[in-house]
Amino acid sequence: MEKRNLKKVDIIFDISECDYLAVLDKTILRDPDEVILDIIDSGLKGRGGAGFPTGLKWKFTKNEDSEIKYVICNADEGEPGTFKDREILDRVPEKVFTGMAICGFCIGAKEGYIYLRGEYNFLLEELKMKIDLFNKQIREKGLEFTIGIRSGSGAYICGEESALFESMEGYRGEPRNKPPYPTVAGYNWKPTVINNVETLVYVSMICRLGPDKFKELGTKDSRGSKVFSVSGDTPSAGIFELELGMPLNEFVEEFGDGDTKAVQVGGASGHCVPRKQFNETIIGFEGIPTGGSMMIFNSSRSMYNVLHDYLEFFTEESCGQCTPCRVGCQQLLKGIEAVKKGERKPAYLEELKKLALTMKVAAKCGLGQSVANPFNSIIDNFREEIIY
Amino acid sequence: MSKYMVNLKINNIPVTVEEGTTILEAARKLNISIPTLCYHEDLSVAGNCRVCLVEVAGAKNLAASCAAPVSEGMEVNTNSKNVRTSRRHVVELLLSEHNADCTKCFKNGHCELQDLASEYRIGDHVFIDLVKPQDKVVDISSPSIQKDDSKCIRCQRCVRTCSELQSVSALAVCYKGDHQRISTFLSKPLHEVVCTNCGQCVNRCPTGALTERTYIEEVWDAINDPTKHVVVETAPAVRVALGEDLGIETGTRVTGKMVSALRHVGFDSVLDTDFTADLTILEEGNELLRRLKKALVEKDETVRLPMFTSCSPGWIKFIEHTYSDFLPHLSTCKSPQQMFGALAKTYYAQKKNINAKNMVVVSIMPCTAKKFESGRPEMRDSGYQDVDYVLTTRELAMMIKQAGIDFAKMEDTAYDSIMGDSTGAGVIFGNTGGVMEAALRTAYEVVTGREVPFANLNIVPVRGMEGVKEAKVMIKDVLPEWSFLEGVELSVAIAHGLANANKVVQAVRDGKASYHFIEIMGCPGGCIGGGGQPIPTNPEIRQKRADAIYAEDEGLPKRKSHDNPEVLHLYKEFLGEPLGHKSHDLLHTHYKARKRY
Repeated sequence: MEKRNLKKVDIIFDISECDYLAVLDKTILRDPDEVILDIIDSGLKGRGGAGFPTGLKWKFTKNEDSEIKYVICNADEGEPGTFKDREILDRVPEKVFTGMAICGFCIGAKEGYIYLRGEYNFLLEELKMKIDLFNKQIREKGLEFTIGIRSGSGAYICGEESALFESMEGYRGEPRNKPPYPTVAGYNWKPTVINNVETLVYVSMICRLGPDKFKELGTKDSRGSKVFSVSGDTPSAGIFELELGMPLNEFVEEFGDGDTKAVQVGGASGHCVPRKQFNETIIGFEGIPTGGSMMIFNSSRSMYNVLHDYLEFFTEESCGQCTPCRVGCQQLLKGIEAVKKGERKPAYLEELKKLALTMKVAAKCGLGQSVANPFNSIIDNFREEIIY
Repeated sequence: MSKYMVNLKINNIPVTVEEGTTILEAARKLNISIPTLCYHEDLSVAGNCRVCLVEVAGAKNLAASCAAPVSEGMEVNTNSKNVRTSRRHVVELLLSEHNADCTKCFKNGHCELQDLASEYRIGDHVFIDLVKPQDKVVDISSPSIQKDDSKCIRCQRCVRTCSELQSVSALAVCYKGDHQRISTFLSKPLHEVVCTNCGQCVNRCPTGALTERTYIEEVWDAINDPTKHVVVETAPAVRVALGEDLGIETGTRVTGKMVSALRHVGFDSVLDTDFTADLTILEEGNELLRRLKKALVEKDETVRLPMFTSCSPGWIKFIEHTYSDFLPHLSTCKSPQQMFGALAKTYYAQKKNINAKNMVVVSIMPCTAKKFESGRPEMRDSGYQDVDYVLTTRELAMMIKQAGIDFAKMEDTAYDSIMGDSTGAGVIFGNTGGVMEAALRTAYEVVTGREVPFANLNIVPVRGMEGVKEAKVMIKDVLPEWSFLEGVELSVAIAHGLANANKVVQAVRDGKASYHFIEIMGCPGGCIGGGGQPIPTNPEIRQKRADAIYAEDEGLPKRKSHDNPEVLHLYKEFLGEPLGHKSHDLLHTHYKARKRY
C-alpha cells in the first residue's frame, strides 16, 4: 500500500484553469474514442460516492446505437454532510459545463441537463445565465450540444440516478429496476451518462493536463483528488480538496479537535469509523469510499442520537416503494428506540443487524442497500451507547 | 427477427429461454415456484415487494426475479440461505405494517400475504407493530369498493391496474417513506374522485386492502323477512365463473346449479338478467336504427353517431368524468340490471300481484360498479329504488357456503318465469364483443329479413381478447322500409378495459376513426373479467370463462334476442313497442357530466 501524507490540493477551484473554452477547443479536435481512453486511463471514478469508473460509463454509452443520448449532471447533492457541489456550481460552474460538453462530444449526445437540488434554487438564476452564455459560446464553435437545467423538489431519493430520471420526466421520483442501466436506458429511456458535478470537473482537468497529471495524485485504486465536506466537531469546518487514499488518522490530526471519537465517512449512508480504527482506515475506494462527507464527532456526542438522526432521515426519505427499505428503516428506528427504553432486550440489536444485512442485499436501490453501513458500524462500535 | 436463446441454470437445472425472459418466467418453465406479491400477469413489472428475490452467482445483491432478465451462463439459486432469510424478513416486514385481523377480514382464506405467512409459519411479530391507528379508518364512502389502508402492503398493483388497464388513475402513490401510501387525489374519499367503481383493483389486490362493499347481511335480512318478496337476477357472466369460488374447475358452466343454490339460499324467485339483456338488444338495436335513419334520411344534425353502448356502469362513470361532451353519443338504454329492476317492480309485480313496496330486488353481478349504479338517482323509475342490493359473484359464493350448500351436488334446474327466459344473445353479453354480436344478430335480421351472414350465427370478427376490435358489415337487399340502409357498410368497434375505451373515444374525438356503433365494456375481457368475479384473474382464466359463455350460447335453443318469447310477450302485454312510451319511462335514461376533480 502506498503511504503518503495528507496533501491538500487546489485543482477544482483553481481559477487559472478557468479558460474552459481552450480546453474544449483542444478536446473536440481529438477522436472521441481517444478522449474516452484518456478518461479510462486516468482511473477517474465517480465522485458521487458509488465510484463507478467514469471512462467505462462513457464507453458503454458511446457504444449504444441510438440517435438520442443524454448527459446528465447529478447536482442533487442530498447526502447529509455534503455541500461541495453547491460550492463548485457557485464558483466554477463553467468547468462543469465543459465536462458535460466533452462528454456529449465523446458519446454523441446533443443534450445535457443539470439536475439541481431543490434547496439550491438560489443558484438557479445565475446558473441559467451562465448556461445561456456557455451554450452560445459552444454553438459558435460548431459543437452541437445544449445544456439545460432542471430543478429537484427536495426528495433525497432523486439523487439516485434512475429516480432522478423519473423525476426529470415528470413522474414520482422512484428508482427503477436495473438492468437496464442508464448507459442503455436512462433519461427518457435513452442511453445516458449521468455523472456527479465534481466528476465532470475532473474530466475537464484531465482533458487539459492529460491523464498522467491526474494519476500523480492518489493511490492505485483511488486516483486523483477529491473535494471533502468537513463538518461536525472540528475547528475548521468547510470544503477541502484532498488527495485520495489518505489514512483517516492523518485526516483527524488535521481536522479533529483533539477529542475525536468517531468519523462518519460518506455521510449518513456511509460508515462510522471509531477512534481505534483510524490508523487502519484509508479514505478511498480501497478503504471507505465517500461522496465527500466527513462528519467528525467528539466525545460529547451521543452515538445513539447520531444513529437515531440518520435513521429518522432514511425513514422519511425512503421513497417507500420497496419493502426492505420502507419498512426496514422504520423497524431499525423503532428498534433502537425500544432497546433504549428497555422495551426490547439488547439482543434485539442482533435481529436488527440481520435485518440491516437483508436490506443491503434485498432493497431495490442504493438508499435501502446502504442503511446497513451506518447502522451496523455504529451498533458494532458503540453498542453500549445504544443500549444505555 | 428471431430472438436469441439464452442458457442458464436455476437450482442447477439447465434451461434455455428467449432473450428478455425474466428469471421468474424461466423458473416457472421449470416448475420452480418463486413467491410473488407485486407481480401480476396483467400489469407492468414493479419489482417493489422484493419477495421474489433470488441469488445470482457472482452478484453482490439478490435479484428481484420478476424484474431481472436472464443472461447467458447465469446461475440462479431460488432457495439459498440468503434467499430464505431475506424472503422471510420481507414477509415479516410486510406483516409488521399489516393489520392482521385475518379472522374478520373479507379476504380471509383468499389473501396472498396470509398464504406466504402460513408458508413461512410466521406467528407473533418478530418486529414492532407499525400499523397506525389512523390507517384503520376504512374508507366506505363508495357504495362499491372499500379501502382499508391498514391492510395495504404497497405492492401498487391497484395503482398499475387503475392507470395501465383503466387509464383512470384514481389511485396513486403519495407521500414517501413511512408516510407513503396509496391514495386518491388530495386524499379524498373514493366516492368523490374519478374512480369508476370498476373493481379491477379489487381483483388484483393481494390482501384485504381493497374489497367490495358487501351487502350479504342486508340480503339475508331481506330473505328472512316474511313480509318481503325477494327476487334475484343473475348476470350472464356469473354462471361461468361462480364455480371457481366453490371448488369447481375454471371455465365450467354452473347455470343450473346456481339456480338451484339460489332457491336453497331462500330467494322467492330466481330470474335472469339475460332476459333484460335480450330486451336491451331490442331497445338498443332500434335506437341505433332510429339514429341512423335520422342521420341518413332526415339529415338531423343533432343526432350523434357513433352510438356507444351503455351497459357497463364503470364505462358510464368514466365517460361522465372524462368525455362528458360524448354523453349524447351514449345509448339511452339502461343496463340490463336496471331494466330488470324497473320491470320487476312494475310489470312483474303487476303480473304476480305483489305490492312493489314489499319487493326486494337483488342482483348477482360480476361487477362492483353495479352496486353504485343501483343507487343512482336515475334508477328509481319504478317509483322505488329499482334494484335494492347488488352482490358480486364472490359474495354469492360466500352466501352459498354460509347456507351450507354442497354446490357441486346441486341439481340443474331452470329459472323461474316470468323474466327468466333468455336466448344465447343475452348470454354473450358477458363477453367483450357480445353486445355487438347480439345487436348485429337482431339488427341485421330486422333490416334484411335474413340471418346475419356468419356461419352458425357466430360473428367471429367481433370476438376475442384484442383490446380494440373493428368490424364492417355490408347491408344489402334490405326490406323496403329500411331502403335508406341499402349498400351501407355498417362500421363497428369494440373495446374492453377502460384504457382501450379511452383510445377509441380519443380516436373518434380526434376524427381519426369513424364508426356507427361502438361497444364498450369497462373491464378486461368484458363482464367475465369484471371486478366482482372470483380472484385471481389472468388472461388464461378470462379466456376459459369467455369460451364457456360461447358454449352456453351455442347450447341454447334460441340465439337471437328477438326470438325470446318472454320478451315478445312483454312488448305485447306491457311495453307496446321498442322505444315506446313505457320503454321511455322505464328503460331509458340520460347521464350528466361529472367533474374530474
